Amino acid sequence: MRPFTYERAVDAAGAVKAAVETPNAKFLGGGTNLLDLMKLEIETPTHLIDVGRLPMAGIEETAEGGLRIGAMATNSHVAADAKVRSRYPVLTQAIVSGGSGQLRNKATTAGNLLQRTRCAYFYDTSKPCNKRAPGSGCGALEGLNRNSAIFGASHACIATHPSDMAVALVALDASVEVLSPSGAARSFPLMELHRLPAETPDKDTHLIPGELITAVVLPPPPDGGQLYRKVRDRASYAAGLASVAVAGGRIALGAVAHKPWRAADAEAALASGASPAEAIAAELEGASANGRNGFKINLISRLVPAAIEEARGQGRGA
Amino acid sequence: MTSVLDWEATPNPVKENRAGNIGKAVDRYEGPLKVTGTAPYAYEVEPPSPPSYGVMLSAPIAKGRITTIDTKAAEASPGVQLVWTYKNKPAQGPRPERYDFFTPSPRPALESEQVYYFGQQVAIVVADTLENAQAGAALVALTFEDDAKSVILQDHYDEAVQPPGESDTEIGDFQAAFDAAPVTVDDVWKTPLQNHCQMEPCATTAWWDGDQLTVHTSVQMVRFAQNSLAETLMIPAKSVRLLTRYVGGGFGGKGSFYEDLVLASLAARELKRPVKIAFSRQQMMHGTVHRPATEIHVRLGANPDGRLTAMSLMTVTHCDRRGNFTEHASNFARSLYAAPNRLTGHRLVRLDLPVASAMRAPGEASGTLSLEVAMDELAEKLGMDPMELRIINEPEMDPETGKPFSIRQLVRCMREGAQTFGWDNRNPVPSAVRDGRWNIGLGMAAAIRGNFLLPAKASFTVDADGVITVKQGMTDIGTGTYTVLAQIAAETLGVPLGDVRVEIGDSELPPAPGSGGQFGAATAGSAALDAGMNLRKAIAEIAVNDPASPLYGGPSEDITFQDGVIAISNRSERLSELIRRNRPEGLTADGEVRPAADASKWSSHTYGAHFVEVAVDTVTGEVRTRRMLGVFAAGRILNWKTARSQLTGGMIWGVGSALTEGNSVDARYGSLINQDLAGYLVPVQADIGELDAIMLDEVDDKANPMGIKGVGELGISGAGAAVANAIYNACGVRVRDYPITPDKILAALAAEGR
Amino acid sequence: MKTTITVNGQAKTLDVDTRTTLLDALRERLNLPGTKKGCDHGQCGACTVLVNGVRINSCLSLAVMHDGDAVTTIEGIGTVEKLAPIQQAFLTEDAFQCGYCTPGQICSALGMLQEVADNWPSQETTDLTGKIKFTDDELRERMSGNICRCSAYPQIVAAIRSIAGDAA
Repeated sequence: MRPFTYERAVDAAGAVKAAVETPNAKFLGGGTNLLDLMKLEIETPTHLIDVGRLPMAGIEETAEGGLRIGAMATNSHVAADAKVRSRYPVLTQAIVSGGSGQLRNKATTAGNLLQRTRCAYFYDTSKPCNKRAPGSGCGALEGLNRNSAIFGASHACIATHPSDMAVALVALDASVEVLSPSGAARSFPLMELHRLPAETPDKDTHLIPGELITAVVLPPPPDGGQLYRKVRDRASYAAGLASVAVAGGRIALGAVAHKPWRAADAEAALASGASPAEAIAAELEGASANGRNGFKINLISRLVPAAIEEARGQGRGA
Repeated sequence: MTSVLDWEATPNPVKENRAGNIGKAVDRYEGPLKVTGTAPYAYEVEPPSPPSYGVMLSAPIAKGRITTIDTKAAEASPGVQLVWTYKNKPAQGPRPERYDFFTPSPRPALESEQVYYFGQQVAIVVADTLENAQAGAALVALTFEDDAKSVILQDHYDEAVQPPGESDTEIGDFQAAFDAAPVTVDDVWKTPLQNHCQMEPCATTAWWDGDQLTVHTSVQMVRFAQNSLAETLMIPAKSVRLLTRYVGGGFGGKGSFYEDLVLASLAARELKRPVKIAFSRQQMMHGTVHRPATEIHVRLGANPDGRLTAMSLMTVTHCDRRGNFTEHASNFARSLYAAPNRLTGHRLVRLDLPVASAMRAPGEASGTLSLEVAMDELAEKLGMDPMELRIINEPEMDPETGKPFSIRQLVRCMREGAQTFGWDNRNPVPSAVRDGRWNIGLGMAAAIRGNFLLPAKASFTVDADGVITVKQGMTDIGTGTYTVLAQIAAETLGVPLGDVRVEIGDSELPPAPGSGGQFGAATAGSAALDAGMNLRKAIAEIAVNDPASPLYGGPSEDITFQDGVIAISNRSERLSELIRRNRPEGLTADGEVRPAADASKWSSHTYGAHFVEVAVDTVTGEVRTRRMLGVFAAGRILNWKTARSQLTGGMIWGVGSALTEGNSVDARYGSLINQDLAGYLVPVQADIGELDAIMLDEVDDKANPMGIKGVGELGISGAGAAVANAIYNACGVRVRDYPITPDKILAALAAEGR
Repeated sequence: MKTTITVNGQAKTLDVDTRTTLLDALRERLNLPGTKKGCDHGQCGACTVLVNGVRINSCLSLAVMHDGDAVTTIEGIGTVEKLAPIQQAFLTEDAFQCGYCTPGQICSALGMLQEVADNWPSQETTDLTGKIKFTDDELRERMSGNICRCSAYPQIVAAIRSIAGDAA
């Protein structure tokens, strides 16, 4: 790691102020992704602002009948929370399908959202990667890109977002609360947090510099069943080849795009009476195979209808 | 020279097993240290003074040369004590043009400006702390000329050559018999490049005391590493004391040694202080050896009654540009099934890839993934049970050499396994059994792995407390060496297990070849038995000549050793008392073993049978191993507990090779793309359901004086094939390109419109 | 940077490089090398320790983040002279071979059993609102963050099961 200075933030406002005032600073939550990348010199901050102990780890009811999950709540705590488990089971299922017990005990809600891609070409600093080194090219585009994006990729980047939790949150129509350098708090749909790569894949999100995620807010749970299904090469502790979150009529897909992918076309088709298979076929009209990842189209076309049917069964049973 | 017949005819304490130490499920000797985290692995040994830390820098190209070097920033970086590249590295012995495992030779580090493979170590930074060394290494600026490289096996078939000194073996007329066979299988199986992924990355702690070097490192072969290091450093071997007391996994990958050993030794000499160097996990993938990929062309011809008339395995594989290693994936087939017409051989392609070498069961691990699936396919074509097909083709003598088998219980393994597992319940029709969203299938395969014995020495010392100390330059890489040596000592000298000490992993101890090729227990143990026998004789000699001993006058050949007591009928005394009176400083005897002159008259192998139940989700292509049983025949078992663990571990490696493991080579860069444990997927706990190994009662008195054989590699042989066969039974899909990942299963299902 | 960590019950104050991970602080500064470095990137679990009773990967945490925390390593669980029940169970069941992943497995097992006792769900949990049924599949899933390349997995299940019984 490059040398860096470290401070432990005492409150959110101070953390944001420090982030704006200190050059090349980064927030440090659980550290499970940032330290991984710093060791490889993929991330090279010279100042870390540890926000891990800020009092933002609670999970509370909102006046609207939803939940407000503090940004520093660990993945394990969110998954184990009784309110989450009973009302948002898809979120618990998604979280516990990611990483390992140890990682989930350390990783935070905000950190999970802001984790970077697991693309092998991003991780290997001897390879070109526009996300890691803008302008260097994309090693994955013509490479061994089995686990790359089938939706929304660009010629500059076909990386996927690795979060499971975020896929469930998108299906649950969650929003994000952030504290801006101006001191103002703002809130926007989680769906709008992550970007597509376009020409600037080095930017993962629409956050402005210094902005700190303070919470994720869930609206009341949707009617109907909820389910998360993740497909991967081994039974546990591995990145997904594809995943799907179903929450009532809403569907989100994981490991298929630079962001958690809300399957809006499929939802619309379902809403107008299409079968699950027809609905996902509508969504997949926008998909494109890049080299070796074409199997994901087939996989999604099989996985999603099965998941929808299973969630409907649960919804009826509930 | 020793003869196998002498071994067979001569009784010894291990065979007699009067105290019952042999075979017993004894806990691991070094286990208490390991479960408390107090067994010091190489990087954890405390040196005589605080160490410096080395971090290596690896080449980012596969072939070419270093063109410019700028180390100024690194040298100026805080705490940095030394920066070496090929330009300023110390003089070292020259590397031979080609080298192998067993012949020590110099392995100079930072040899020249040439880069022969991606990940080759090209610089070292040593600093006062690990953090400073890592930061310094990132500041070393090297540029490279990146040459055109050849890294894809399939693209270079035209360069395939017969491995040096080898020829194909043909018995009868394979082609004619194959062409005439009424039922045939003719397919190609591909296995990928694989990595050992030992949990402990290679590491060394080194320090000098004058001209005397002490190195703690993580290797499987003590003497080989000691002698090679000495030749590299251009110093006498006796100036190098190499220790490797605890090894965090080897699997063949630490049969060699790497730049950590050489550079830590050199840097410690230069800096006059201890130096520690470890590989990073990422460096392990390219910078150490791997199992090369294979393409295995299997052709089987059979009569309608199932008898094989023709059998051929031809393997194409690769090694590195300067190497010689051949993955002998066809060899095991030479001894497995009867067929009058046979053809086997290998072709080798040299590529600009990292160094290929041995990985657990080299040959069998890859080869059985082809033939043992081909047999399943043949059984289906014949409408036969795949186990019965194998039994019909059971040979009475080695099918290629005509030699008698030392002992062969393959059929018994299959029969007993089938019964215990419930093989009868298998529905031979694929896709016939369902459980919820899962298709259920059963598969089986045979296992075979050669048996070897190498020369080794050992010494036994008894002290005035009656404690026996076994000394041997052997290693325990998780195999159980410490424990089985203690058991052999306890049984041979008739002392309680608690009165045995074992010292291994040190070049100052009597030499043994180390751990590999599942020859460790037989080789090290036989030498130990000999040392124990010699110590018995020496003790007996003293007793019968000591007027103060109740045993005075003998006869010495009647002396028994039991519970720490030596006795001739009702005359007895404690061993400790005898030694205290006569040899208060202790009494030592040496022993050794050499291969028998006539050992090659027999075909000697270990055998087994695997049975697996898998579940396949035909929506997603995911596979889960639900149940697995292996039944093995591997000679006398020294320790039921540690042997079973070796076998179950091997079986799980088989599951990994079938389902998840493999490095992908990016042709553009000549590098492996999955170079960490998030990309290279070894099995995790959730991948393995109920799994057990059963060992048949067996004694192979022709194998060595103890009648034991190895188990470290047998478990993987055939295990992956059984998984592949179960997948077919579950869902009707054959994937002949390993690993069998969900995408490949889905592609096959989709191709059939399913 | 001055950092005080209570390690195995003893307060330790270190002047530590901000870059030093908790893992390297234990191994290189506090002479506690029982915690292992297998991958240094959270991909193997060999570095698992308990921080305030919760299992984490010590390789992906900075020492300075743990000022005021209580850390338990394998050295704090039992000794050769007095093995903890989980250590004795690993020995009895032969739940390790090379031993390098073992300290992490043991720390992880202890953390995992507490998570089960606290009724935390896993991927294997089908009924998210009821009490966890601690089946072997639950155990296997929960221990999947600890790779054992020697593949002592069945023996590890047996060892943990022998001290945990059917319910933690």
